[in-house]
Amino acid sequence: MQSLISLSYLDLSLAALLVLALIGLAGRMQLGLSRQLAIAAVRTTVQLSILGLILKAVFSNVNSLLIAAISAVMLVVAAMEILSRQKRKLHRRWGFGISLASLFVSSFVITLLALLIIIRADPWYTPQYAIPLLGMLLGNTMNGIALGMDRLVQTAWQQRRQIEQRLMLGQTALQAIQDIRRDSMRAGMIPIINAMAAAGIVSLPGMMTGQILAGSSPQEAVNYQILIMFLITAGTGFGVVSVLSLISRRLFDSRQRLRFERLLRPESVSS
Amino acid sequence: MVKIKNLRIPGYQPVSLQIAANECIGISGVSGSGKTRLLRAIADLDEHDGEVIVNGIHAHNLPAHTWRKKVALLPAESVWWFDTIGEHFISYNDNFSTLGFSAEVMQWDAAHCSSGEKQRLSILRLLENRPELLLLDEPTANLDRHNTTQVETLIQHYLHENRAAAIWVAHSVTQLKRVAQRRFVIHQGQLQAAGHDID
Repeated sequence: MQSLISLSYLDLSLAALLVLALIGLAGRMQLGLSRQLAIAAVRTTVQLSILGLILKAVFSNVNSLLIAAISAVMLVVAAMEILSRQKRKLHRRWGFGISLASLFVSSFVITLLALLIIIRADPWYTPQYAIPLLGMLLGNTMNGIALGMDRLVQTAWQQRRQIEQRLMLGQTALQAIQDIRRDSMRAGMIPIINAMAAAGIVSLPGMMTGQILAGSSPQEAVNYQILIMFLITAGTGFGVVSVLSLISRRLFDSRQRLRFERLLRPESVSS
Repeated sequence: MVKIKNLRIPGYQPVSLQIAANECIGISGVSGSGKTRLLRAIADLDEHDGEVIVNGIHAHNLPAHTWRKKVALLPAESVWWFDTIGEHFISYNDNFSTLGFSAEVMQWDAAHCSSGEKQRLSILRLLENRPELLLLDEPTANLDRHNTTQVETLIQHYLHENRAAAIWVAHSVTQLKRVAQRRFVIHQGQLQAAGHDID
């Protein structure tokens, strides 16, 4: 195996120049994107550099408490990210709780299973495996959960008259929202289904690319990528199912009345 | 037999009311006086205090969806969610022809029905659950005189056959005099009797 060619700051600066050129172009075309692009580029640099420092410290000193703390922070930030992606703003406490619970099921539990049963590193929480695995799962299931949640809340709001009409005809809350739930499930799952279908033909998944660049044999890289794909698919599926059932439960009260004010912030209900 | 005891909704005086089997009561009142909210509370679609009892059964003793099959609310504007009319029904029945629909109606495209057709069809859809109390919110608002008469006849026939009761909300007092045995007016959050013309 050949060793990895390391990148110098000069190499990175050359790549940064490309982004700068794009920012310049966007500015001239008055796309209103320059600022966003610049901020995002700076954020990615700062965030990843800090992560690099943290991981360096964590890897050199395997401490289960520290790993638990990092995982908890990742989980909380992912839950906040889900909330910020919602078009109709949910009550903070409920929205956060629901996102967190769904992420926990989809990412945390699945990561634990993978570490304990499939990968079996020693110790099982070896950070080189635990942290990247959790990160990949969180990042991807977060997308699915955010999409499914947004679709459910938006569609239920737009079709609230239809939902009430169904209730008036004696349907249960579950029956009245079933079609919308099915659509939302699909919306949350489509990205990962597409990613699986295109993997290896249209796109070379990032993790596998990284491993190959780092010198792993393609076969090893492929095995890990398949593992990750399956974990992400299962995680996203379970995560979306749980977010949809938690949201629909919150949307109706014990007498099966449609109650948006239980879920949404006041300004989202009045419009 | 329907008993409404101390039904409370925000901005409303408590409502108590008894409706006999085969009886229809009429409620009128200016727009925004809360007629619809009263019907929604009885169907248990909005939060409320107080009791509603239909043929000896309390609302809170039944699962909400079972209650709403018994106590059926016809909204002023109906919603149709499947492509064809037929998908919203169990099957074609005699009531359809009473309202002038042939069996072909089941294949109609729901999106292309006129508001009058939807209104008549929504009454048929409501009756399929064989409700014991009908809550009718402006059931003939979009209908011409001929269709209005047909709907009035159908409802009266239904109440009689099933010993059911009805609350009929309408703007037209003339209509309420025709269909209802007792009439009420909602005025400043209060349900007031408006003349008894039992026939």
